[in-house]
Amino acid sequence: MESDELLINMGPVHPSTHGVLRFKLRMDGEIIKECTPVLGHLHRGTEKIGEMKTYIQFIPYTDRLDYIAAFPNNYAFVKAVEELAGIEVPLRAEYIRVLTMELSRIVNHLVAIGSLLMDLGAATMIMWGFRERENALQLFEMLCGARMTFNYIKPGGVREDIPDGFMPKLNEFLKDMEKRIEDYEQLINGNEIFHMRMKNIGVINAKDAVNYGWTGPTLRGSGVDYDLRKYEPYSIYPDLDFKVCVRKEGDSFARFIVRMDEMKESLHILRQVVDRMPESKVISSAEYGIAPMTGTPSTVSTYFPRIFTPPPGEVYSRIEAPKGELGFYVVSDGTTKPYRVKIRSPSFCNLTAIPGLVKGLKIPDLIAAFGTIDVVLGDVDR
Amino acid sequence: MWTGDIMTDIPNAYELIVFILKYIGIYNPIYNVFENLGLEYLLRIIIILVEIAILFVFILLTVMFLTWMERKVVAMVQARYGPMVTGPRGLLQPVMDGVKLIGKEDLIPAKADRWVFTLAPFLVFIPALLVFIPLPFGESLIISDLKVGLLYIIAISAMSPIAILIAGWASNNKYSLMGAMRAVAQDISYTIPLALSAIAVVLFTGSLSTVDIVTTQSGTWFGFIPKWFIFLQPLGFILFLIASIAEMGRIPFDFQESESELVAGFFTEYSGMKFAMFFLAEYAHLFSVSAIVVTLFLGGWSVPFLNFFPASLVPIISLVVFLVKTYAVIFFAMWLRDTVPRMRIDQLLNLGWKIMIPLALINLLVTAFILTAGRY
Repeated sequence: MESDELLINMGPVHPSTHGVLRFKLRMDGEIIKECTPVLGHLHRGTEKIGEMKTYIQFIPYTDRLDYIAAFPNNYAFVKAVEELAGIEVPLRAEYIRVLTMELSRIVNHLVAIGSLLMDLGAATMIMWGFRERENALQLFEMLCGARMTFNYIKPGGVREDIPDGFMPKLNEFLKDMEKRIEDYEQLINGNEIFHMRMKNIGVINAKDAVNYGWTGPTLRGSGVDYDLRKYEPYSIYPDLDFKVCVRKEGDSFARFIVRMDEMKESLHILRQVVDRMPESKVISSAEYGIAPMTGTPSTVSTYFPRIFTPPPGEVYSRIEAPKGELGFYVVSDGTTKPYRVKIRSPSFCNLTAIPGLVKGLKIPDLIAAFGTIDVVLGDVDR
Repeated sequence: MWTGDIMTDIPNAYELIVFILKYIGIYNPIYNVFENLGLEYLLRIIIILVEIAILFVFILLTVMFLTWMERKVVAMVQARYGPMVTGPRGLLQPVMDGVKLIGKEDLIPAKADRWVFTLAPFLVFIPALLVFIPLPFGESLIISDLKVGLLYIIAISAMSPIAILIAGWASNNKYSLMGAMRAVAQDISYTIPLALSAIAVVLFTGSLSTVDIVTTQSGTWFGFIPKWFIFLQPLGFILFLIASIAEMGRIPFDFQESESELVAGFFTEYSGMKFAMFFLAEYAHLFSVSAIVVTLFLGGWSVPFLNFFPASLVPIISLVVFLVKTYAVIFFAMWLRDTVPRMRIDQLLNLGWKIMIPLALINLLVTAFILTAGRY
């Protein structure tokens, strides 16, 4: 039965658009006939800022992309710069980087699952998730003094070594987290209403998912075994034992389960990192810049070079961020500032599939599907 | 007291107040004063007004307590403290809420239907209070024991979707309208299983009077199992409980609000005291529906050992028993809210029409068959 169309502007101020996203919905009663995401409410011109700032100055701006889990952003840009300048990184620094990134992955998935459940009407999970997230943020605070925007990873290594008392606290966190994940599974996984809301909602097959440019847990929920940590190994991931979590169904429930499993895998990785943490410097001593005050070649460890000139060239470097493939395309013209910085953010690419995903579904399904895609608007709009 | 056709002659709150006044020894002097003036009916009206005032104060205090309790229960489940600053353990939080809401600007959207927009909160609030009239809070603690008490309760609760639809329509907001449409669809589909499973209870009592329903449930089988209808009607109880939670509009059935989908559903545009009216009505509804569940299935104010107490204490004991049971049901509803997600509106309607109504009909049929077969 056809009825009058209803045009709803869902957002930018709406409880479940995770920030300032706006959906333009053409509705037939409760059914979505067309959904158009309207982006750009949070646009800050980060890529252009990249051309105005020196390489070192740009690192804090990467923190503001995906602010839920900022370490991978730091790392992705720094990795690009290191590849550009050919800087060797000490092993301990790599271990610390992986440690922070896997902790970030857990934090990210806790927030993702929590806000998904809150959008479905079960507010308990986000409170439980934030309880564990708080412990992880305190670890970050011990590491670099910041809780969300770190500016911790820099070319050649990391800013500070691990402080005293960090490792026992991390071990405590890992032990605690194991029990907590069991709690979450008990609370959510078997819930009949949750299954009704999530199964066969927002289904996308592997081919479409790849064509949309999906990456990360969202893609792995569609049965594609694609994880840059395995597929294009970087840092110390080749040495670590972990498996890629894949589900075949391609619906919202599969994407949720993939995130749950990934948290467990991250815990497994973290335990290995803690066991194998080598003793060495945490920052490279390679000469790659000129200290402005002395005019003599300086090492990163002795002086923080404000002026740092990688050789001309271009590089695209990508990592497996918690939300998917995060890539930085950096072009250097041999000056102190990048000629161009292009960011390939996972949230943006994953979000593009929404119109096709929710056509013919209802508003509650849009929220469920959108929640499992897990975008952060800072990452979408840049 | 004039009871008319539709009321029973079981002692109610009016007679209790008269009894207390007589006990203190001031009833007769007052009565004489009024009798000399030829205004006995005025005294009756005053006493009735007093008992209604007591009831309303009780409801408002209960509602305030419930808002606090809800926050505390939710906080307990979610590993938080809840309100802690205002008063001991945050007990004065509802008062602060009230002060804040009174201080808010009373906004009416420019394109709203002003008159209807203002009317709607009252239409929601008044039925929420009227439901309490035939509810037995304890032995002889009842405003008016209507012979059609149960029918009255179901009829009055059926008024709230009309008021919600008015509120949603008058706001002239798309989210409000969708919330209102959902609320109406939901209320219509859940009033039917609610009524059907209540009728199964009425088959046992043979009376729609709430007091009769409670007195039928006093006493025990084999000396220890209380004669509550939950044991005779387990399926009916489950259906009634689910339908009640849907009637209350709470998670997993809170479609009239659905905050993460429709912002705040039908009261998106309401602020200040008008919002407070919806809020109060919601919690008054929570209490009244839980009280109805207790009355119908959990024995109301009756417990097996009530006979051991002196007769003068029975009203108080029965009130305590009734409140304990009601708060248990309320706690269940709050607990449920923290544990499960919201359903989807079409799933809810499927559940209502395709599962609950057939089950309620089967339950009614089987009950009627067994009762009729047992008679011969």
